Amino acid sequence: MTPRVGVITFPGSLDDKDAARAVQLAGGESVSLWHADADLHSVDAVVLPGGFSYGDYLRCGAIAKFAPVMEKLVDAANGGLPILGICNGFQVLTESYLLPGALTRNDHLHFICRDQKLRIENNSSAWTSNFEVGQEILIPLKNGEGGYVADENTLDELEGEGRVIARYLEINPNGSRRDIAGITNARGNVVGIMPHPEHAVEKLTGPTTDGLGFFTSLLSSLVKTGKVSA
Amino acid sequence: MNVDKVSDAAASPQLRQPFIELGLRENEYEAIREILGRRPTSSELAMYSVMWSEHCSYKSSKVHLRQFGSKVPKNDSMLVGIGENAGVVDIGQGWAVTFKVESHNHPSYVEPYQGAATGIGGIVRDIISMGARPVAVMDPLRFGDPEHPDTRRVLTGIVSGIGGYGNCLGLPNIGGEIVFDPSYQGNPLVNALCVGTMKHKDIHLAKATGIGNAVILYGARTGGDGIGGVSVLASETFDADGPAKRPSVQVGDPFMEKLLIECTLEVLHAGLVEGIQDLGGAGISCATSELASNGEGGMHVWLDRVLLRDSTLSPEEILMSESQERMCAVVEPAKIDAFMAVCEKWDVEAVVIGEVNNSGRLTVEWHGEEIVNVPPRSVAHDGPVYERPYARPDWMDARQTSGPENLVRPKSASEVKQTWLTMTGTPNLASKSWVTSQYDRYVMGNTVLSQPEDSGMIRVDEVTGLGVAVSTDCNARFVALDPYKGAQLALAESYRNVAVTGAKPLAVTNCLNFGSPEDPAVMWQFEQAVTGLADACLEMGTPVTGGNVSFYNQTGEVAIHPTPVIGVLGVIENVERRTPMAWGLDGEFVYVLGTTRDELAGSEWAHAIHAHLGGRPPILDLQSEMALADILVAGSAQELFSAAHDVSEGGIAQTLAEMAMRSGVGVRLAVPAGLDSFTFLWSESATRAIVVVKQNRNDEFLALCESKEFPVTRIGAVDSLSKSIELAGVFGETISLDITELRAISEETLPRLFG
Amino acid sequence: MARVLVNVALKPEILDPQGRAVMGALGRLGLSGVADVRQGKQFVLTIDGDVDDEKLAQIHEIASTLLSNPVIEDFTVEVRP
Repeated sequence: MTPRVGVITFPGSLDDKDAARAVQLAGGESVSLWHADADLHSVDAVVLPGGFSYGDYLRCGAIAKFAPVMEKLVDAANGGLPILGICNGFQVLTESYLLPGALTRNDHLHFICRDQKLRIENNSSAWTSNFEVGQEILIPLKNGEGGYVADENTLDELEGEGRVIARYLEINPNGSRRDIAGITNARGNVVGIMPHPEHAVEKLTGPTTDGLGFFTSLLSSLVKTGKVSA
Repeated sequence: MNVDKVSDAAASPQLRQPFIELGLRENEYEAIREILGRRPTSSELAMYSVMWSEHCSYKSSKVHLRQFGSKVPKNDSMLVGIGENAGVVDIGQGWAVTFKVESHNHPSYVEPYQGAATGIGGIVRDIISMGARPVAVMDPLRFGDPEHPDTRRVLTGIVSGIGGYGNCLGLPNIGGEIVFDPSYQGNPLVNALCVGTMKHKDIHLAKATGIGNAVILYGARTGGDGIGGVSVLASETFDADGPAKRPSVQVGDPFMEKLLIECTLEVLHAGLVEGIQDLGGAGISCATSELASNGEGGMHVWLDRVLLRDSTLSPEEILMSESQERMCAVVEPAKIDAFMAVCEKWDVEAVVIGEVNNSGRLTVEWHGEEIVNVPPRSVAHDGPVYERPYARPDWMDARQTSGPENLVRPKSASEVKQTWLTMTGTPNLASKSWVTSQYDRYVMGNTVLSQPEDSGMIRVDEVTGLGVAVSTDCNARFVALDPYKGAQLALAESYRNVAVTGAKPLAVTNCLNFGSPEDPAVMWQFEQAVTGLADACLEMGTPVTGGNVSFYNQTGEVAIHPTPVIGVLGVIENVERRTPMAWGLDGEFVYVLGTTRDELAGSEWAHAIHAHLGGRPPILDLQSEMALADILVAGSAQELFSAAHDVSEGGIAQTLAEMAMRSGVGVRLAVPAGLDSFTFLWSESATRAIVVVKQNRNDEFLALCESKEFPVTRIGAVDSLSKSIELAGVFGETISLDITELRAISEETLPRLFG
Repeated sequence: MARVLVNVALKPEILDPQGRAVMGALGRLGLSGVADVRQGKQFVLTIDGDVDDEKLAQIHEIASTLLSNPVIEDFTVEVRP
């Protein structure tokens, strides 16, 4: 049974097709989920893709969090469903309080698109299990509101519990506190990451294929937890 | 509100109307009266004033642009020719590509962010109205003196606007140009190009067919944006005091445009639409008159049904409004519900505002009163056509004879090295990554090549690897020195840039940016450039599929350099075989293809070091250019090349510097016999490229060149252990440029000026 | 008809790069002695009828769940007749 991974499309989502491609290349089946449809269609995992949902109006991800599909998603997250929020998806996760902190305007005020070096800090989450701790990867980053912030207590808690899953190396491209590029929840099923692993899955179009690891990790995790058979 | 009805117009022929204020001339006003057999109503006057403006009607350029239609080369790839919103080219495997470049110059000087943003919005809508999904954008931009304080205002606003709008739409920005020249100080050029793909069966045209079909206006609500923008802004040069016309600029909403793209593609693919048109310059006036004149010939419109953002707008203002993100579709009555359902799914407002008929008239009513009754062709297609006087200006002789022969050249190896370092950091040659990193080049996951590579290349078919490549180019200095040849050189450069990446050039689009057509010297430049381009397209077999003319780019008496930006689109069978510009494997041979002559007139060296412009542009042999392209495309298909890069502004020195910086790896080269180092490095002779041939493929490569009788010279080899460009034969010495130093120089210029 | 103004501002400890950019511009334009600039948002809600306590409570709820992100923003509510 091929694992089924849902990719939610909100009005304004842009990297949904790329997320679907990444899922397929990793060996999964991607399932398109519509924001207005309050049904996850029994998928084994969900990706909240990058883009400008609702034009980034009000705040990034602020309007998307009220979409009908999100109520189901929050329940599923609390039930352990693996969820990956990429860029705008990460913003939706923090707005929904599925992950702590918030994403704010890049400190230098510009939108930045660059190939970003990251260090994987945690490989016990559902989406990073195939990486080695300390592994350095290179994947594209592209955002205008990517600065991760949280109060000191929250940051200490994240660090203390090993819930930072990736950190920026060489250059901090957006002013994120403690160079945090991605985090996970306590359970390890919900991961938010600012850079775009789905754009580093083919040698032809990406700087590397390092991004594929996020998606293959998921499939491995699903097999391991018995959600799908090997 | 007292509205001026058709019946009023018939009854009061002597009423004084403000046609001058609306930008119409006396003869044009008389022509309108003659067409209608009475004075126009104020709504009709508004329609004619925008539709007959230079920007919409091409009245000064039509007589010359006809050459693109008459000198059409035989090309089996054209599915839709010039005349529609954009040309459509067959690229094989059932796929078609549409592309077009347009200008949004004047609005971008007034309000840089919104001017640039709405420029993208407009060109994207042109592409979706052909039935294509937009897949990439590119922006050829031209600014004034980089050190002038106003350049900073304009450039930063424009770059933010392009990023702000394009990134939100989800279109990768894959190329473009950034050029600085004082002639653009008060008249920056913002040209926006969009490429779209579709299957053959999805091609749609802008016509209103089917009597009884509904005309539906959908997208954003109509407000007071850009009222009179077209006729007021584009047909008028700026006075020396600068931008004061702020209220007329349109404001864009990229989120609405994204919804419009998805909604439009869905209704098109569901077969719910008979004809479609986007609303750009001249808004509803344009969409309705064009749809009507292309179809059965008649349409009735209920203007009061238009959804408004501002309820105080008069009918004239509604007709002239250039509110963004609006489209017009012609839909069979039986399909209206389905159409509306798709709009609702995407949260896009839509309303039936009209009906197709065969009356041969475009009639508009406002709360039951007829306010417009005109023959649609007279508005959309049969506007005035001017044969503006043109004459070669006297100063051309002086310009062409005062060449760069006496300019002081470097006289020693150290001077050559210093010049090379300096040139690499000049604004026109410096790295543009400070700008391009503000654009998303990854979205959609099909970008195979993007800036600073020679062309932007997109994979069209994920299974077969079929792809397209696009480049935009124009060396306006060459055009200033000789408009006929300069335009041909621009085409040649763009053609070459597509070929050097491995794609076969197929079709051309153009954005012709010139000064005032009322100046015979400018008109002569235009006539020469268009003729040169048409002749070259015919010889090279690449038809012009569409384009745009922007006149009146001048402040007072000073016109910009004549700047015909040429976009060339090419096709590549399999994007895996594309040729990038970064060399890498140790020992691979580096060759120069083509002949280098002492041709420094109009060069970046003459401009940057000596502020000199004079002489004649480089020689161009189109047959030779085509032979070079054949070698580059065939070589790419046979996977002979590790890297290739064309030679243009800044000469071979710049080409080598760019390849070295891209790869981070060094080369050991020698100036070829028969050339002095200066000429070798900075001449801008046309029809040249640098290639790096794969190990053990040199014989095949040389045989390929010989079969085309094309000159090729080996100049050295890649040295992967080195981090410098080493060049022997420079005043008897060998100079060495450290790549890290080159990169630092190249990358610091733009952030220093504009960061 | 009443108008309710909801002013949203970043919490003081959150970096405000836009405010900082504005501050830089003020200096270049010759306005001296400006200690700080913070950029915020204002929502103007035009309400039918009066704003009674129940309505006000609803607005506060909306302000804290939609109009502002309490993790990084604070808000105030002001009623104008």
